[in-house]
Amino acid sequence: MSEFEPKIVSFFCNWCTFTAADLAGTSRLSYPPNIKIIRVMCSGMVDPKYVLKAFLNGADGVLIGGCWPGDCHYINGNLKARRRVALLTELLSQYGIGPDRLWLRWIAASEGTMLKEVADEMTAKLKELGPSPLNKTAAKVA
Amino acid sequence: MSKFTKIAFNKGELNTQLSQLFSDMLENNAVDAVLAPMAQPKKGVMQTLVTSKENLASMDPFAPVMPVNSAKLVSSLTSTPSGKRIAMVLRSCEVRALVELVKLKQANLEDTLLIGMDCHGRYENTDFLKFQTKEGTSEGFLEGALNGKTESDGFDVAGACKICEYPEAPNVDIRLCTIGSGNGTLYLEAVTEKGEEALTKAGTKFADGPGGRADAVKKLAAARAEARDAVFASYREETGDFNALDDKLSACINCYNCRVACPVCYCKECVFVTDTFRHKGEQFINWANSKGTLKMPTDTSFYHLTRITHIAAFCVGCGQCTSACPNDIDVMPIFRTSAEKVQARFEYLAGRSVDEPQPLSVFDSDELMEVTGQVK
Ligand code: SF4
Ligand code: SF4
Ligand code: FES
Repeated sequence: MSEFEPKIVSFFCNWCTFTAADLAGTSRLSYPPNIKIIRVMCSGMVDPKYVLKAFLNGADGVLIGGCWPGDCHYINGNLKARRRVALLTELLSQYGIGPDRLWLRWIAASEGTMLKEVADEMTAKLKELGPSPLNKTAAKVA
Repeated sequence: MSKFTKIAFNKGELNTQLSQLFSDMLENNAVDAVLAPMAQPKKGVMQTLVTSKENLASMDPFAPVMPVNSAKLVSSLTSTPSGKRIAMVLRSCEVRALVELVKLKQANLEDTLLIGMDCHGRYENTDFLKFQTKEGTSEGFLEGALNGKTESDGFDVAGACKICEYPEAPNVDIRLCTIGSGNGTLYLEAVTEKGEEALTKAGTKFADGPGGRADAVKKLAAARAEARDAVFASYREETGDFNALDDKLSACINCYNCRVACPVCYCKECVFVTDTFRHKGEQFINWANSKGTLKMPTDTSFYHLTRITHIAAFCVGCGQCTSACPNDIDVMPIFRTSAEKVQARFEYLAGRSVDEPQPLSVFDSDELMEVTGQVK
């Protein structure tokens, strides 16, 4: 049986984390293909519905990448994102999706290396945890 | 600063005395209108708006029924202010929901005189009609409730009421106190200056309050909190994953009654009835393909989970969601258990204060550091 490859739906802010992913690419820092990137204009526009929908459709993890506090292009979208993630964590934990599966990380445009590290770390963590209970396809394979 | 006055009533006189009180308020210009539960001509008791003292005779605020959470009615009455001062008789959960609507700028307390009645619970609407048919009265209900018995034959107060830890309404100007008052006695409590002024205008003289009230309220609240914890614990144990949640919601037909009934579901237009959720036929087929089976209507858990993200900080536990469900799904614990977690996380309590900012309306750069675990 092939090793379980977690699917990580990743919402990256255009101004920082998405640029960092680009930088990682051009610097030939390879990060795992488990990270499926959706470019958003700001981490503050990640509606909790996007996160819920990703999990309900079987994502093993959700990673939101935003600018460091103080650096958000829209001043405080990232701080709103942080409150929403705290709320979602309280909600999802009850139903078996713990904080290990929903990550928010600050990754600046110049931090290509950190992008790679976070991607590696989250992929490894989810491999260890196994598929999300809502991941029907992984369950079928296993 | 609370001041009290005692109203002793003989059998059958509670509502007459209350009508008199509000009539005195209108007559002496303490308020311009009254919103209070009143008996309807044939059956049922509904919130009723009255502007002249002649029309107060059918007042029955202690009737054990709450057809809607009145916070929504107060929103309609005040979001575009009428300039009229309105006395409003509300239960604890109605006041607490109203506090949240005020902060959401969907209601306005400027011209209101809030009168909170001690709450011993309410029957479900259809049970209340049975109660009325069997000649049940508010006085009879109160007498039983003060002795710890709210049951009538075959039904009891709503599940939400049994686990409501706020029998006394917070943030009001006046309270109608029955807890710790003794049989045949009601105390009026002027809680704020506004309340005191209104009662004084209506001719009230203040005296001593009911001796054992504070303790009696505490005791009742503690018993209900204990019952609440037991309900939450069993919900959490039974519903620990998404399959269990789906099972719980398996009869849900996406009618959205629960959100219509919820006083704090604040969106003007629910996204679940917009084009975003009007999927193409092909989309359904694709889902059925990838998931194996597709229960229809779709997006049921998605709807309930999204609703939680909207209302978890504001849920006051009124149980109107459960009462509204045509399929007898007890949804209240779904919302209340998440609400408990979310409100604790943000050190917030729905309905506690009009001045406390709502959790998702403020944010700080040096908070919730544990979410990312990163330090620069
Ligand atoms: S979710 Fe249910 S219990 Fe909570 S405020 Fe809304 S209707 Fe009341
Ligand atoms: S009221 Fe009941 S059936 Fe209707 S949407 Fe809510 S839970 Fe579903
Ligand atoms: S612009 Fe990057 S998080 Fe707001």
